[in-house]
Amino acid sequence: MGPQELTYLVQGLGWTLILTAMGFLGGIVFGMVVALMRVSSRPWLRYPAIAWIGLFQGTPLLMQLFVAYFGLPLLGFDVPAWAAVGFALTAHASAFLGEIWRGAIQAVPKGQTEAANALGLHSRSRMFDVIVPQAFKLSLPATVGFLVQLLKGTSLAAIVGFIELARAGVIVSNQIYKPLVVFGVVGVMYFAICWPLSLYGRHLERRMAAGVLK
Amino acid sequence: MEQSQQGGARMIEMRKVEKWYGAFHALKSVDLTVRQGERIVLCGPSGSGKSTLIRCINHLETIQDGEIVVSGHRLNDSQKAVDAVRREVGMVFQQFNLFPHKTVLENCILAPMRVRKLSRADAEATARRYLDRVRIGNQAEKYPAQLSGGQQQRVAIARALCMEPKAMLFDEPTSALDPEMVKEVLDTMIGLARDGMTMICVTHEMGFARQVADRVIFMADGEIVEENDPDTFFRNPQHERSRAFLGEILAHH
Repeated sequence: MGPQELTYLVQGLGWTLILTAMGFLGGIVFGMVVALMRVSSRPWLRYPAIAWIGLFQGTPLLMQLFVAYFGLPLLGFDVPAWAAVGFALTAHASAFLGEIWRGAIQAVPKGQTEAANALGLHSRSRMFDVIVPQAFKLSLPATVGFLVQLLKGTSLAAIVGFIELARAGVIVSNQIYKPLVVFGVVGVMYFAICWPLSLYGRHLERRMAAGVLK
Repeated sequence: MEQSQQGGARMIEMRKVEKWYGAFHALKSVDLTVRQGERIVLCGPSGSGKSTLIRCINHLETIQDGEIVVSGHRLNDSQKAVDAVRREVGMVFQQFNLFPHKTVLENCILAPMRVRKLSRADAEATARRYLDRVRIGNQAEKYPAQLSGGQQQRVAIARALCMEPKAMLFDEPTSALDPEMVKEVLDTMIGLARDGMTMICVTHEMGFARQVADRVIFMADGEIVEENDPDTFFRNPQHERSRAFLGEILAHH
């Protein structure tokens, strides 16, 4: 495998990271909305969030990518492949992160809500000054864990012809007929990113167990 | 039955209050009037409804029937009434419930800034005054987890005082504390009582009740069973259940 092939793989890795970033950042924004809707006391906010989470947790990411890739043009949105994939990953991440944060919000001890209420804080302040900062810390290990899942999940974008790291590996492998070497390198690249992230997640979890996370 | 020496304005009134948790009748037709400056100690066996009673006063619990009026504001389901009452009434919890991600000072300035719309400078000045008063002013920059239980509870008292409440509710404020820390919290509460704060304290600290209470109210099974000045209550309890309860409590002291 020469430098040309390696460059091609690195480009694929670049797209993998871009897709991950799109999905994760979009997921953070919309996941926050989903989580807040999910814990709302108003049924007309809560039920759509429950349905949204159920839909994306109950179907394969692959199918979600297909639907976005082929479905968006059918609906009249003529978007490039990266946008369709980014859309699907964002929707996917928003459901999973929304559910993770829902759990974290509900894991904040009830006494915190009571203290906020007793002080006369309104729902917005109670949520954003008191509950969410604590929930955010509680959710960090699971959030980092999902980020690793998402990064690996972007390899499914290969199926709709998107040339990210996995797809780049397939192409290079077909050119030089050395699948073991090529996919070995591809695997090392995924691993080099996911493994430190997983370690970081475990580190956060341990710190939290020790109760030193401020 | 009313023992209020001050004879001040009515601060808290509960009339025929009924509270149910599902099929469990937690408060049975409770009547209670607390006048300005009065110090009430509420005691009784666990599950008798004493915590529930004070939690109804600031609407942490909803009632099914009856009426609660706090400083002229009649509690109903409107958020406005609830807000008005919570502005007048501070609360201290058994488990402190400080905000762990905020420093002592930040704990104290949050509500004054958000609810009373004070500037940060004004809120901090108020907070430092009350933190000094509970003798914890030099710990203002620390996080709650860096303090002892007694110190945390004193911060919780200061945090409630920063809202300049007209009355304070204490829900077993010393029950979660190690024995050696009980005194520092009680001393703080005694200081507050001396300064004329209207207080309702759910507590088993009978020494505290003797020292500061204008009235001791004994509850059992969701009812107010006996209501008397501390001297009479401790020396000559009227009711069979209060006698039994005092026997239990005093046996451990």
